[in-house]
Amino acid sequence: MHMHKFEKAWLIFGIGSLLVFLTVLGVSAFYLGNQPPSCLATIDPEKVDKTAPFNEPGLKKVEGKDWDYELVFVASAFSYSPASVEVPYGAKVKIIATTKDVVHGFEVAGSNINMMLEPGYISEHITTFDKAGEYLIVCNEYCGVGHHMMSSKIEVVK
Amino acid sequence: MFNPTANFKVDRRDGKLAMAHFYVAFTALAIGGLAGLLQTLVRSGKFELPAGIGYYQILTVHGVVLGLVLTTFFIMGFQLAATSKTSGTLTNKQRVTGWIGFWLMTAGTLLAAVMILLNEATVLYTFYAPLQAHALYYIGLTLVIVGSWVDGAAIIMKYAEWRRKNPGQPSPLLTFMSLVNTMMWIVATIGVASTVLFQLLPWSLGLVETVNIGVSRTLFWYFGHPLVYFWLLPAYMAWYVVIPKVIGGKIFSDSLARMSFILFLLFSIPVGFHHQLMEPGIDPAWKFLQVILTFLVVIPSLMTAFSLFATFESFGRAKGASGLFGWMKKLPWGDARFVVPFIGMVAFIPAGAGGIINASHQMNQVVHNTIWVTGHFHLTVATSVVLTFFGVSYWLIPHLTGRRLTKAMNKLGIIQAVIWAIGMTFMSGAMHAAGLLGAPRRSSYSEYGGAAQAAEWIPYQVAQAIGGSILFLGIILMLYIFINLAFFAPKGEQEFPVGEAAEETEKAPMVFENWKLWLGITFVLILFAYTIPFIDLIQNAPPGAKGYKLW
Ligand code: HEM
Ligand SMILES: [Cu+2]
Ligand SMILES: [Cu+2]
Repeated sequence: MHMHKFEKAWLIFGIGSLLVFLTVLGVSAFYLGNQPPSCLATIDPEKVDKTAPFNEPGLKKVEGKDWDYELVFVASAFSYSPASVEVPYGAKVKIIATTKDVVHGFEVAGSNINMMLEPGYISEHITTFDKAGEYLIVCNEYCGVGHHMMSSKIEVVK
Repeated sequence: MFNPTANFKVDRRDGKLAMAHFYVAFTALAIGGLAGLLQTLVRSGKFELPAGIGYYQILTVHGVVLGLVLTTFFIMGFQLAATSKTSGTLTNKQRVTGWIGFWLMTAGTLLAAVMILLNEATVLYTFYAPLQAHALYYIGLTLVIVGSWVDGAAIIMKYAEWRRKNPGQPSPLLTFMSLVNTMMWIVATIGVASTVLFQLLPWSLGLVETVNIGVSRTLFWYFGHPLVYFWLLPAYMAWYVVIPKVIGGKIFSDSLARMSFILFLLFSIPVGFHHQLMEPGIDPAWKFLQVILTFLVVIPSLMTAFSLFATFESFGRAKGASGLFGWMKKLPWGDARFVVPFIGMVAFIPAGAGGIINASHQMNQVVHNTIWVTGHFHLTVATSVVLTFFGVSYWLIPHLTGRRLTKAMNKLGIIQAVIWAIGMTFMSGAMHAAGLLGAPRRSSYSEYGGAAQAAEWIPYQVAQAIGGSILFLGIILMLYIFINLAFFAPKGEQEFPVGEAAEETEKAPMVFENWKLWLGITFVLILFAYTIPFIDLIQNAPPGAKGYKLW
């Protein structure tokens, strides 16, 4: 089986670019720590309301951690608790969320905060809110008739 | 390559079998197209569905009949016809197998359709647990898959027979490609069949109370990605083998075409995690490994692109074209059999670029489950693949019905594709743009309590409705052409174009026909990519989830 010399050149160029590209992704993921949300902690979906920290949804100041605040969300058809929350400008926040019933999404529109909430699992994302304003949180995974009504909001205040 | 087993015409009895598949496929196009139009209208905020029909009910219809029914029926019909054409008429046993497959798939489709219409299965075509549909919906979809296996068995039997009768010979290229796609499909559908049969069905029947969500989703996506390659490879069959003949050129290289199909077989399956990047419960290192495997399909894709343009250019130059792009002018721009799939190929350039973004570990965070994704696959499957299928229909349907494509229908075919391209530019373009602003997918019209961000999405939704209306016009035209070619076009001969390799003398290496080797590597890759994270999902599983019917 022979290969045309142009095709060889094309494939070498293509595979070379691919390697560069994958290296960039890999360095970003493992060296800079830009991993997609992949929390491995689990929870009993029937007992979310009685399990810390989900027994108290909302923003809480924490000490001695890499982040200043923990922001806890509980999703259930078709709403989030809290339904809106204020976050101080510049705060480093760990968002911790789960669902009480079906799979929901958790997307802060126009940002990189985007994660799936699945019954039995906890999802986490650490971020710094360095732009003031109002951010809409939407459910981006179909969860039933009220799916498009399911939202919350974060207000980043100075 | 001279192939003594090839039929000049597909046998009439095999033609009937293929046509049965196409009747269902184009019925699905009609129903699904109407649902698609309604979705865009509802999402524009200017229209409401009558009679209490829900948005998510028609979205389920759209996803099932276009994503699953149209594609699977068309592909099986096309592959059966291609195998019969290149490896010879099916034996009675093979044909009966094909018919059994067809009827199983049809019965399954009807069952699923009834449950959707009764509003017992508004769980979309992906049926993510713990939303729980009626058991008959799961049974219907299972029948579609089992039917496709039986259909595929007819192709495998024909292939085996051909190899027995032609020892030491490489199989005809179109048969080879149909076989690769069939095998990939069978290996992939084992995943979805497992979650449906062992998890969702017993659960929806009330035999077990809860279901392991992580396992179910992983089995689903083990199938979900190869599903899109199952759609794409038949289009590649047309691009590699049919188009060269249509334009009057040669296949660039028979062996390289086989090699790229083998690479698709290897790298399409162990990659489902790139759909689960935003999910908890899976270690990010395993996600990254599958991201790398995902990107390996770039290699056969580059080979395909090279091969197509090499075919076009060699043909143009042989016709005396000069200059860097002079060969473009020599291509048959008046021939729908070429132009329509060509527009599909062009759409694959932005579609492929979007796909690279989606699969990129971190960038996925920006677009995951936004309407960007919907924009993306309306370029891949709903343009590249579907336009190629339309382009194939323009010669295959009359070939099978003993008619011919008239000048008028040829012209209408080109107009159809241009309309499709315009409509899709509006709809898919607006979906991509709104997605980047954060607009979620699978969502009915909503102002999200008057949020400023949501207000920004609405003009794009109006643009999607304009695009959707243009596309619907395209669907009506296509159905008109289909009915013409199936029932009314003048009797005559329409060629089944099968290209020949540029280098006739070069025999494809027999290693490509070594299925123990290729399926062996496929399984090793699957085990490598999935074993440890899958065991993790079972061992560290949370309490299972109960079913919900939230519609
Ligand atoms: C008239 C042409 C079409 C229009 C107007 C259209 C419109 C749409 C819209 C608006 C959505 C998504 C809405 C949402 O996420 O809420 C959608 C989803 C989808 N479309 Fe189309 N579409 C068309 C043709 C096609 C074709 C030809 C195919 C496949 C071959 C296709 C496959 C799909 C699939 C699989 C979904 C996903 C459904 C889901 O998310 O559950 N569409 N379409
Ligand atoms: Cu939702
Ligand atoms: Cu994929």
